Amino acid sequence: MQSFIDGLIASGVFGGLPAEAIYPAMMFLFASIVVFGFVLPLVTITIWLERRVWSRIQSRVGPNRVGPQGVLQGLADGVKNILKEDVVPDAADRPLFVFAPYLLVWGFLATFVVIPFSSALVIADLNVGILYIVAIVALSAVGVLMAGWASNNKWSLLGGIRSAAQVVSYEIPAGLALLPVVLLTGTLSTQGIIQAQGWAPWDWFLFHSPFTFIAAFAFYISALAETNRTPFDIPEAESELVAGFATEYSGFRFALFFLAEWGSLYVTGAIMAVLFLGGWQIPTGWTNNTVVLNIAQLTVFFLKAYFWVFLAMWIRATLPRIRVDQMMSLCWKYLVPLGFVNLVGTAVWMVIWPEGNTFVPYLMVVGTLALLVIFFRRVLYHLRRAKPELYFNPAI
Amino acid sequence: MSLAGYEFEVQRDDGLATEEMTLNMGPQHPSTHGVLRFVVKADGEIMRTALPDIGYLHRSIEKISEKVGYHGFMPYTDRVDYVSAMQCNQGWAMVCERAAGIEVPRRGEFCRVIACELGRIASHLLSVGTMVMDIGGMTPFTHAIREREKVNNLLEDLCGARLTFNYMRIGGVAWDLPPGYTEQVTAFLDQFEPLIDEYNDLISYNKIYVERLANVAAVSKEEAINYNLVGPNLRGCGFQYDVRRDEPYSIYPELDFEVPVGTGEVGTLGDCFDRYMVRIKELKESCKIVRQCLEMIPDGPVLARVAKKLKPPVGDAHVRVEASRGDMGWYVVSDGSEFPYRTKIRTGSFSAMSIVDKLSRGLMIADLIALIASLDVVAPEVDR
Amino acid sequence: MDFVTFFALAIPLVVVAVMVIAHPSPVYSALFLVMTLFLLAVYFLFLNAHMVAALQIIVYAGAIMVLFLFVIMLLNLQSDTLRTQRHGLGRVAIIGGVILLAELGLLLQGSSSELAESSLPENFGTVEALGSQLFTKYLLPFEITGILLLVAVVGAVVLAKR
Repeated sequence: MQSFIDGLIASGVFGGLPAEAIYPAMMFLFASIVVFGFVLPLVTITIWLERRVWSRIQSRVGPNRVGPQGVLQGLADGVKNILKEDVVPDAADRPLFVFAPYLLVWGFLATFVVIPFSSALVIADLNVGILYIVAIVALSAVGVLMAGWASNNKWSLLGGIRSAAQVVSYEIPAGLALLPVVLLTGTLSTQGIIQAQGWAPWDWFLFHSPFTFIAAFAFYISALAETNRTPFDIPEAESELVAGFATEYSGFRFALFFLAEWGSLYVTGAIMAVLFLGGWQIPTGWTNNTVVLNIAQLTVFFLKAYFWVFLAMWIRATLPRIRVDQMMSLCWKYLVPLGFVNLVGTAVWMVIWPEGNTFVPYLMVVGTLALLVIFFRRVLYHLRRAKPELYFNPAI
Repeated sequence: MSLAGYEFEVQRDDGLATEEMTLNMGPQHPSTHGVLRFVVKADGEIMRTALPDIGYLHRSIEKISEKVGYHGFMPYTDRVDYVSAMQCNQGWAMVCERAAGIEVPRRGEFCRVIACELGRIASHLLSVGTMVMDIGGMTPFTHAIREREKVNNLLEDLCGARLTFNYMRIGGVAWDLPPGYTEQVTAFLDQFEPLIDEYNDLISYNKIYVERLANVAAVSKEEAINYNLVGPNLRGCGFQYDVRRDEPYSIYPELDFEVPVGTGEVGTLGDCFDRYMVRIKELKESCKIVRQCLEMIPDGPVLARVAKKLKPPVGDAHVRVEASRGDMGWYVVSDGSEFPYRTKIRTGSFSAMSIVDKLSRGLMIADLIALIASLDVVAPEVDR
Repeated sequence: MDFVTFFALAIPLVVVAVMVIAHPSPVYSALFLVMTLFLLAVYFLFLNAHMVAALQIIVYAGAIMVLFLFVIMLLNLQSDTLRTQRHGLGRVAIIGGVILLAELGLLLQGSSSELAESSLPENFGTVEALGSQLFTKYLLPFEITGILLLVAVVGAVVLAKR
């Protein structure tokens, strides 16, 4: 990107403006394009998908009026939220109350910087990419605390504190679950991690060894907790804390919280795809056209990311919420020791098979496929004997 | 209730100072089952006490009866417990019949029992559904509400209303079963009964759900009797008491049904899970009762001839009915005029509320939600 | 790091750092401290120390400051209560500040300008470089820090259990 701007400067588009002024301005322009052209539709679609998936699981129909299949529902909700009155409570701490939602949205937008959507489409391939994401997620806890405290409402404060405690605690198992992959690749760069994997499932880190398999799910659980998803939606548990840290928010600021929440859901899926599912890797050699290649990679990446997003939706529609103390004991008594076991196990695995075991990945792929087949057969069996009328027609 | 005296308190024992936080849960709170208010004093996530604010929703229903007469009070009884209004109807009708010495036609009694048991199914479905929702699971709630909708349709066919039925009359019921009703109800029961097991598969033995409910707010048998818990809350403690069986009324002695009790299958006897499970099991028993009634129902009139201006002789009468929230006491004093001299309604939710303060000590805030849901408190029934 | 970037970062950094001690509300002070640490991390980024920058945010701005905020918010400290509890620390602070400034001035005199000019090694700031330094040259300080943290953890548990 820098070379692109340098080219523009050299061609004299900006006249005699100093380069220091052009760089930030151009960065700002590109960031706006990315946010409005890519992230907002992405989040809107994710919210719509969640509501549709959720309603199908609950044998409802879900939003299907605005646009084809209700795709534009998110847009309608956004317009509604913007038009609503923006209430700032009298007793609230105004500057912090106003600023907190932006901090949260910034927190999830900043993670898009290092997510590689294809071999060419990555904003910045930082050499500490994964650590960068962990750092940004850690900062979002400050935003939640800020929102909770500034609302001057005890429910909000409780929600904010629960959320911050959750993020700070689950950072540790999440970080530990990342480490096996970092050990295997020797790099923290997201592109580097993807390039170390292949397009075939047995080349993915998910199936590299039993330890990475467990690490993948440990990371996924921790990521669910960090993004406050069910069963860890304790900070905004509507039956306990009304709406947690978002209780006093309304209108556009409330919409920003929503944006951040579902945005980070997609980010979770994307990180899972990068770390364990081989990211954008596709079979090469069938085309020389870089544009076609990149589009294919983009599609594969999105499918992989949305697989995890879909799983999170499914979990949300199925499971109840766990209690605060259970959440903490899950983190510290189970996930953290598991993370250390994975770390040591992967290291030992690397010592025994420096090039990776050739047999185990195939075995694990076959085993997973067999499990999936059994699972879907059971689902089909239950669907057949289900008594109430189910809506099988996806076009309703 | 004033908040004075519940402000911050700083405890200083063993050097570490902790500060209690006073939380005002309700009256507008998503999980308080109506307009219910608790003043919660919490130390972080752990509650010191949760004091229920009783009387907020008082509508002087008992007093109204003194001004509207015996027949005219029937629609008001729907509002005592709007979630299962049929049993309230029945309670009022029965107490008036006992005071005035009216005999109900046999078919009328059957209609009453069918309506009441359908109402119990609807009420318990709402109870277990909202309980799961309070714990955080959204899907089981929609499944429960879907079935409740069908029960509501059946009750609508019966009396034209879906919530406040006003179905019963002193001396019987207002309308006979509509034509084809037996088939409709049987079809519903055939479809519904397997769904109870499906419901258990779906949520009841879910690991997270069990962890949230097991060993939470366990009530011992003695405690339950001392605090006058009734209905599923009492049976959840393992004490087998059901007015339908132990103090039979209407046609219940002729029917064959069981009284499920809590077994402590996942934790302590009398915990939240046991109270929940008792309701699930009662769904099955209610289905059984409705089926028997539909088979045994005789022909004949459904409403006895009762004077328009009913004037029971001087004296008083008391009946108990097994409502969805347990033993419901109805007491009426007649002075010989066409208006009751005094009416008293004793409800299950009221006694359930009195134990909340005791049980809530040392629980977490999330457990309070589970506790209220498992006690199945309906706010208007507390205050009447 | 050129002149414009340096001051574009340095001026806000100094301002927020002053706000940490100048603002009456403890919550704001803590939040300004978060901002200070974040801007410092940006500095590290410009100095090619990416790893240190990320760790700065994760450990200080993310974890430690969140715990600070926790305590402050839960205790609900009022700004005026702190005002009255100065215990005459102001004079000590002034003396300490003057000494610190003098030390910095001495250091500045002693440092050579050539140091900034010298080029960085190939793998400067990467995880490998940092890790190998930590586990070879600075192994003893590293382990001692670990023991210190362990003692702190045990102490916290003992205090909380009491």
